[in-house]
Amino acid sequence: MLAYVIRRVFAGVIMLIVMSIVTFALFFLTPIDQESFICGKNCSAAQKKETAAAMGYDDSFINQWSDFAKGVVVGRDFPDDPKLRETAPQTIVRCDAPCLGYSRERGDTVTNLIKDTFPVSFSLAVAAFILWMAGGILFGVLAALKKGTFIDRGVVGLSLIGFAFPTFFVGLLLYKFVAIQWGLTEIPRYTSIAEGGIGGWLSGLTLPAITLCLFFMAAYVRMTRSYVIESFQEDYVRTARAKGLPERTVTFKHALRAALTPIVTMAGLDFAGLMGGAIITESVFNYPGMGKLAVLASSDFDLPTTVGLVILLAAFVIMANIVVDLLYAVIDPRVRLG
Amino acid sequence: MAPRVRVASVTHGDEVKMTIPGSELEIHEAAVPIEDDAVVKVAGRSPTQLAIARFRADKLSMISFVLSVLIVLCAIAAPILVAMGVLNPNEPHQNLLSDDGVLPKGAFGGVSWDHPLGVDPSLGRDLLSRLMLAISSSLAIALTGTVITVIIGSILGIVAGFSGGFIDATIGRIIDLTLSFPQTMMLLAMAAPTVLLLRNEVSDAPGLGFLGKADLANGVFVIGILAVFGWPPVARVVRGQVLSIREREFIEAARLFGASRRRLYFREVLPNVWAPVLVYLTLLVPAYISAEAAFNFLGVGIKPPTPTLGNILAHSKDYTSGDPTYFFLPGFLLALIVVVFNLVGDGARDALDPKSHR
Repeated sequence: MLAYVIRRVFAGVIMLIVMSIVTFALFFLTPIDQESFICGKNCSAAQKKETAAAMGYDDSFINQWSDFAKGVVVGRDFPDDPKLRETAPQTIVRCDAPCLGYSRERGDTVTNLIKDTFPVSFSLAVAAFILWMAGGILFGVLAALKKGTFIDRGVVGLSLIGFAFPTFFVGLLLYKFVAIQWGLTEIPRYTSIAEGGIGGWLSGLTLPAITLCLFFMAAYVRMTRSYVIESFQEDYVRTARAKGLPERTVTFKHALRAALTPIVTMAGLDFAGLMGGAIITESVFNYPGMGKLAVLASSDFDLPTTVGLVILLAAFVIMANIVVDLLYAVIDPRVRLG
Repeated sequence: MAPRVRVASVTHGDEVKMTIPGSELEIHEAAVPIEDDAVVKVAGRSPTQLAIARFRADKLSMISFVLSVLIVLCAIAAPILVAMGVLNPNEPHQNLLSDDGVLPKGAFGGVSWDHPLGVDPSLGRDLLSRLMLAISSSLAIALTGTVITVIIGSILGIVAGFSGGFIDATIGRIIDLTLSFPQTMMLLAMAAPTVLLLRNEVSDAPGLGFLGKADLANGVFVIGILAVFGWPPVARVVRGQVLSIREREFIEAARLFGASRRRLYFREVLPNVWAPVLVYLTLLVPAYISAEAAFNFLGVGIKPPTPTLGNILAHSKDYTSGDPTYFFLPGFLLALIVVVFNLVGDGARDALDPKSHR
């Protein structure tokens, strides 16, 4: 078990290194010259060159990447210029490990920007996750147990409709009509627990979480339904029935447990993806999370922030993959790790 | 489920058709020997014929199939009608807007005989024309994206599944790598520089039908993002299929005859994996139509005046209170298209894989 975990973590780190190199290569090949954004429009060629050198943008992308990697491990200074360190040390920003870069546009280190926005995205992800897992599994199992009846058709039909409306449409519907025009709820605004208590946090979160969960819930209802129906046809369910186990035990202990395994896998990965910010939901509700940060960063070509977010999100996904495989072995007794 | 045998018709001396729902078998047999001159006949049908028969037997699938054909026809007709001057998606009608020059006059976004769905706020362009042309451009993006996704996924899936070993492992790692990239974030970050590059590339292209040069650059970018991040699941599905097919006797036989690698891949394996690929294809189209809309909401994709379902919706979000029709109409149209294509995909899956019929 431990050997398996170590091997997976090692493979994960290698994957992250390759992934970050690919990311740097992708952004390095873009035709935007960072230095002209930094020193403004009326910048002479010489000044431009100087800024590029100071910010390290004149380096090859492999050097830029290794600076980035060094920053993640031991931290780094911006700009990393020994001359400046002697003449004007107050202009140097220290970015401690794990340093994901420095955003000139936002005047802060990317690590700090992420620290500010992560709680928002995380709250939203947790709230939506709880809603869609509860709803998805509940309705999915219900539809499977009532297969072919009116209830089954209703649940499947509704989930298809929930799946069909794009997230931003549902979000705008809830935001502009339910909250603003009809005044049914308060206008959703993110409030941290420290600021408004649990009640304020929840009420600010309701509409965005519903928006975000609908799409996933629709998919999970259909998925749960088909896995449960499938597992009811397995031999071990017949064995359990033949042993004379009560139907309740057969349903929950035998059929559902096996059906839940692939759902847990999917859920872990979806949750990891959402931790990095639900870009569309956050944009609709103007939520100051990581998704909104990504939108802002891309609109003003703030590459350090974008690169930092992309790599952090990849790290989430790679970690989730490992966690999910471990959970797999816990839930499904047939799975052996090795 | 216990196989229920349905006896279709029992007439004296006639053959009797029995079908077992969800099974490959169809038995044409005499009604249990009532008459001694009964004819016993077993008709053979190819798996494809059986799948089509199963699809046609499903009412919901057939209705959605007919609807999806209508949608595709509408998408083909729209640019022709625009060229003929029947539809005018870009002609502004200031006189149909209220005095402030923004919202359309009259109920439901200015519905009239000339403009059955009303006109859009701020310019007063005919909404029916715009929506019809939007279906064309959205479908064009979704279909092209789907085809490219499926081609990349199938080729890599076949190569991985058939070669095994190092090549399989490498493709597996590339799949993991691709899946670890946050798609939407990459879309946002790459959009501006890539579209700029593409615009220079297409600067001498004359445009394509109703799509101008800028539309081409934006469209190619959206299709590229969809394909680059969309192929891994297709490759996984195909690889799984190939793993079981490559052990079959006919592959052995082809090898024995000295068939080339290419022949093995494309003439022997590919025809046997088309069913799951087709199902995936029909389900990708609606997913990509939604994705195009979401991308446009984030400001990436084909820009007005060329309409797409996404950019009409993105424009309409500023008029939700003043002109709700303009917000709801494209939203519901998009949802309808997505539902219809999804139902066709589900029907195709049930028809091609009777075991999945639940």
